[in-house]
Amino acid sequence: MALLQISEPGQSTKPHERRFAAGIDLGTTNSLVATVRSGQTDTLPDEQGEHLLPSVVRYLENDQDPVIGKRAMQSEADDPLNTISSVKRFMGRGVEDIKHLGGRLPYDFVQTNTSVPRIKTVAGDKSPIEVSADILQVLKERAEKTLGDELTGVVITVPAYFDDAQRQATKDAGKLAGLNVMRLLNEPTAAAVAYGLDKSAEGITAVFDLGGGTFDISILRLNKGVFEVLSTAGDTALGGNDFDYAIAHWIMSQAEIAEDASHGMIRRLLNAAREAKEALAKSDSVELNIDLEEAGAWHGHLNREKLNELIDPLIQKTLIISRRALRDAQVSIDDVQAVVMVGGSTRTLRVREKIADFFGQQPMVDIDPDKVVAIGAAIQADVLAGNKPDDELLLLDVIPLSLGLETMGGLVEKIIPRNTTIPVARAQDFTTFKDGQTGMIVHVVQGERELVSDCRSLGQFSLQGIPAMVAGAARIRVTFQVDADGLLSVTAEEETKHVEASIQIKPSYGLTDTEIEAMLKDSIAYAKDDVETRNLREQQVEADRVMDALQVALQEDGDLLTEEEVKTVEKALLALHKVRDGDEHHQIKKAIDVLNDATTEFAARRMNKSIKQALAGHQVDEFD
Amino acid sequence: MAVELTQNYFEIFGLPVDFQIDTSLLTERYRELQKTVHPDRFANASDRDRRLAVQQAAHINEALNTLKLPLKRARYLLQLNGIEFDDEKETTMDPEFLMEQMELREAVAEVRNQDDPFSSLNKLIDSIKKKQSDMIAQLQELISKQEYEAAKIQVQKLQFLEKLTLECESLEQDLADAL
Repeated sequence: MALLQISEPGQSTKPHERRFAAGIDLGTTNSLVATVRSGQTDTLPDEQGEHLLPSVVRYLENDQDPVIGKRAMQSEADDPLNTISSVKRFMGRGVEDIKHLGGRLPYDFVQTNTSVPRIKTVAGDKSPIEVSADILQVLKERAEKTLGDELTGVVITVPAYFDDAQRQATKDAGKLAGLNVMRLLNEPTAAAVAYGLDKSAEGITAVFDLGGGTFDISILRLNKGVFEVLSTAGDTALGGNDFDYAIAHWIMSQAEIAEDASHGMIRRLLNAAREAKEALAKSDSVELNIDLEEAGAWHGHLNREKLNELIDPLIQKTLIISRRALRDAQVSIDDVQAVVMVGGSTRTLRVREKIADFFGQQPMVDIDPDKVVAIGAAIQADVLAGNKPDDELLLLDVIPLSLGLETMGGLVEKIIPRNTTIPVARAQDFTTFKDGQTGMIVHVVQGERELVSDCRSLGQFSLQGIPAMVAGAARIRVTFQVDADGLLSVTAEEETKHVEASIQIKPSYGLTDTEIEAMLKDSIAYAKDDVETRNLREQQVEADRVMDALQVALQEDGDLLTEEEVKTVEKALLALHKVRDGDEHHQIKKAIDVLNDATTEFAARRMNKSIKQALAGHQVDEFD
Repeated sequence: MAVELTQNYFEIFGLPVDFQIDTSLLTERYRELQKTVHPDRFANASDRDRRLAVQQAAHINEALNTLKLPLKRARYLLQLNGIEFDDEKETTMDPEFLMEQMELREAVAEVRNQDDPFSSLNKLIDSIKKKQSDMIAQLQELISKQEYEAAKIQVQKLQFLEKLTLECESLEQDLADAL
């Protein structure tokens, strides 16, 4: 059988060519980037040798570039309204949610006509997504400078307990920073990968991840390079920041500072609280000196006992959540063979004490809790980039919160329960209730509660193009699919007439595709680079990917096709090859679609073949 | 499309169609299959192949999900044997069972008034779990004797308890939120 060979020098990526990939921990307090170089996984420092980039962005007037990191953090007290910190807490949330996060709103939020809140700064109104993109941009530059080449892709970590809107916002931030986000990886899973590196680790592992603003607990089963998450639980608004708030609040009551103190005052109090907390990890008592502006100064001291009293209720919350995770995983505390500590807040001694108590064993703290997540992400990025073709590493994660639909009376019907392994797809049938009805709206929510109003609204999916029939005759099958990133997509089909219903998505707390496109146009990442060029490049990359993959497939499994079928495939392949170097991205896209259509059946046959091979050796005579 | 839908979930893993299942073999084969089809194996493939991998991996996850838990496995096995479940319809239960359910529900409602609601809730959940495992042993007995109609009623009873467990968990969430 004649197989077409189209390979020109420099056009396709050679299999042995190393692709540069990085893992990024986009944290509430600090962010990091790590890569695998000559078998070693390390976080990358900046020119001053600092690995941690404080997740703080200060916006300046007159089109000056924003200041990011340590220097921005130093200006926080002087310029509190233009210096944005802990922006991760606002990702994928509306202004109303942010008000409920505890503490006072530190910035001026402007309510816009989009669903995404914006923070008013001297450089214009900034969405949390844009602020995060600015932080990612710095890490991207750092990685590319160190590696001396462009990054082909990155893995960005998210708290396991992030909902769909928060995940989507993170992915959008990556896109806005000009990154190819290969995967969103859950932070505890990343930490488990970093610890499970040597592959000898087996059995049940609990990862306790208490960061600046978020808490996650994941229970995993490790087996020969497969990291299977059994359950995850958490609180996206619980972390070391809350310790700081608790301490600051105590100082306010001791120093008789009014509740409506200035932004700058609050900032100073929180900084003092954080410093005191950190100092108490080493000493038993610390001095506090607070500048009260006109009212002079306040002096006091905080000892470890008082600190414990202030933060114990918060730690207690993490233990209740941990117990739920164990139950969901259907394992008991005695089954847990290792406990891994992640996140800067696990440095607080009281946290370690309480965790050791709860699990009946000393937690592992060998890897720097600030770096462990980025390191795990870099390992996964390296595997995804294809640098370790024989690697056995496989991460099987779960959806942290149940997905449901609004039904009559504002009640939620669960479609996919929490802790279901992803990817997952579930279908639900709907019918029309009026004669000739051609559209309907499906409201998707995420959460565990029975009432729609107590869950997070993800979006309204409006189905159009249902064929007109009498009431109740149409059967619309809506399929909810959650991919490996934990992101939801929805498709719908009318089953009696096999008409695909079109879906328009109105995200409750996210950006629409048009908004993202507009932001991309404005963003610094693409300032020199117009959207047309970018679209063309994207399509060319995809075309190369499709052609390369198909050639490999034909070489390996060409015998799965008849001669007739091979001809059809070759024709489509040749057509794509012809337009690949043109400058019409629409044409390339069209040729890719044609080729994909021509090879769908082939791809399916190959998949079935590989499934059969995976189980080869298992005899079918095991059947009755 | 790509998945051979003619295969039932047991066949996907090369396991005999039986309620008694070798769970370690099930998870072992599950891992082998996911190593083959998981979308992370297709990170550099075309969009279409990645989508296909997502579908495949989702199907295998669904199969595992159904077989892993005894209650779902029993229900699936009964369906393969022609037993239909209509969850919309009211099911009739024996009065003794219903009485017991009422008592359990009262106990759940009482939890809020206890000195340590978390520990009494956990005790209650443990006792429900114990009950469930006893009933599953009976269920296995019924299925092996091919008493499918009786097994169906047992499955429905177990679904009651499952729902109760979920309610206990959401109560725990409420209690935790109130802290």
